[in-house]
Amino acid sequence: MFQTVIMSLNEGFLKTLEIFFLTLLGALPLGLIISFGSMSRFRPVKWFVKTIVWVVRGTPLMLQLLIIFYGPGKIFGTQFNIWGTGDIGRNVAVCVAFIINYACYFSEIYRGGIESIPRGQYEAGQVLGMTKSQVFFKVILMQVVKRIIPPMSNEIITLVKDTSLARIILVYEIIWAGQSFIKSSGAIWPLFFTGIYYLLFNGLLTVVFGYIEKKLDYYRG
Amino acid sequence: MTCLEIKNITKKFGDTKVLRGISFEMEKGEVIAIIGSSGSGKTTLLRCINFLEKCDTGSITVNGTEIYNAEKRDQYSDNYIRKSRLNFGMVFQSFNLFPQYDVLKNITLAPELMQIKRKMPDTEKKNIRRQIKEEAYELLKTVGLSEKAGAYPCELSGGQQQRVAIARALAMKPQILCFDEPTSALDPELTGEVLKAIKSLRDAGRTMIVVTHEMEFAKNVADRVIYMSDGIIEEIGTPQQIFSDAQSEKTRAFLQKSNYEF
Ligand SMILES: Nc1ncnc2c1ncn2[C@@H]1O[C@H](COP(=O)(O)OP(=O)(O)OP(=O)(O)O)[C@@H](O)[C@H]1O
Ligand SMILES: [Mg+2]
Repeated sequence: MFQTVIMSLNEGFLKTLEIFFLTLLGALPLGLIISFGSMSRFRPVKWFVKTIVWVVRGTPLMLQLLIIFYGPGKIFGTQFNIWGTGDIGRNVAVCVAFIINYACYFSEIYRGGIESIPRGQYEAGQVLGMTKSQVFFKVILMQVVKRIIPPMSNEIITLVKDTSLARIILVYEIIWAGQSFIKSSGAIWPLFFTGIYYLLFNGLLTVVFGYIEKKLDYYRG
Repeated sequence: MTCLEIKNITKKFGDTKVLRGISFEMEKGEVIAIIGSSGSGKTTLLRCINFLEKCDTGSITVNGTEIYNAEKRDQYSDNYIRKSRLNFGMVFQSFNLFPQYDVLKNITLAPELMQIKRKMPDTEKKNIRRQIKEEAYELLKTVGLSEKAGAYPCELSGGQQQRVAIARALAMKPQILCFDEPTSALDPELTGEVLKAIKSLRDAGRTMIVVTHEMEFAKNVADRVIYMSDGIIEEIGTPQQIFSDAQSEKTRAFLQKSNYEF
């Protein structure tokens, strides 16, 4: 029994990890682009982006998952059901929803970080003849990274746990894997056991973030 | 030889006219000190000269070439402004060193970005890097900080940071070096070392514009002194003329108020 449980939990956890990493891969860069949009000097862009961020952060991720997965087919007719009916479609829909959602949260963290860098840093780079992108990548970015590590680690640890929402559109992640044993054999401990997976993985992340923070601790300011 | 010619610069922020027609010329090797009360537009003037602000009217001519004319301000590309800026160096009141880089890298970063192109062969890149580094060590020596090359800005005193900022500005080989109150953010006992560094630059023949509240320094180091008031040059002359024989009532009142003892 124990082995069967572990096998299924592993399978579920693999899916959890997949959602986690794919979301990071998409949301980390997309968030930067969104943050640029929300700081744009071109008003329409700025307000458009800010509205999207407001909607995404203002509604539950669960609702967004449902809308993104069922929306196209149910609203525009079955021929617009872009996700298809198979597992792949569900997985892609989950990733799309997670990436958009997390990119919006990340964008606000980035924006806070970028705006917290004093104007003098930009100007010092400019008067030395650097281009705007050189100033951003060589002077500003590293300082931003240092400042946003704590809020980002918070958000990323939340992401690990949020992946469990994917089951709402029938993606077989670890909590579903654990819960299925209640129905099949009446055992509750597999469900509780999923907590161990989360704890261990988040423990690992905490160590990694601690390491990065320490690495960047060689300077102040 | 006229090195810099500023003609009729004006600058408004919203409805406030901060600069109301500034014109002056300076010779190569000359040091001009700008004094004036808070809000008179000294910083804004330096920022216009360095293109951190774009002035509303007026022109800037360096070595006989007009590099900026406000009438064409919308035609200048970012790239053109960036290149024109290299005529000037700027040292800020608050140093603005890059905290994540050590002293050496603070100085070499901009020259490396400027000179090293991606397509260059590696040996050439290495040679350029080495030369930039050698020059940086040379500059550190002139500001008396050779032993601090590997230190981070947060490990330095304010006076040391400001001297690094001076070396960093010099690394781009500007024609004219501008200082905006380089000692105002420093504890009194640290101003001396920075002023000494500036003085030695003068002795080396650097062309400099120094905005300062240090009257003693302006008097002893500058070739000419500009007194600014309400966005105009109220009076310009040798330190002797300004400090001992000011023509304008305003200048005299200002000097009295800043406790300058004749
Ligand atoms: N970006 C800006 N927007 C609006 N007003 C500004 C801006 N920069 C400067 N000013 C105004 O312009 C005036 C002149 O400012 P400036 O900083 O040039 O004075 P200053 O002579 O350098 O003064 P201080 O001795 O205090 O440094 C001030 O009244 C200031 O409030
Ligand atoms: Mg000022």
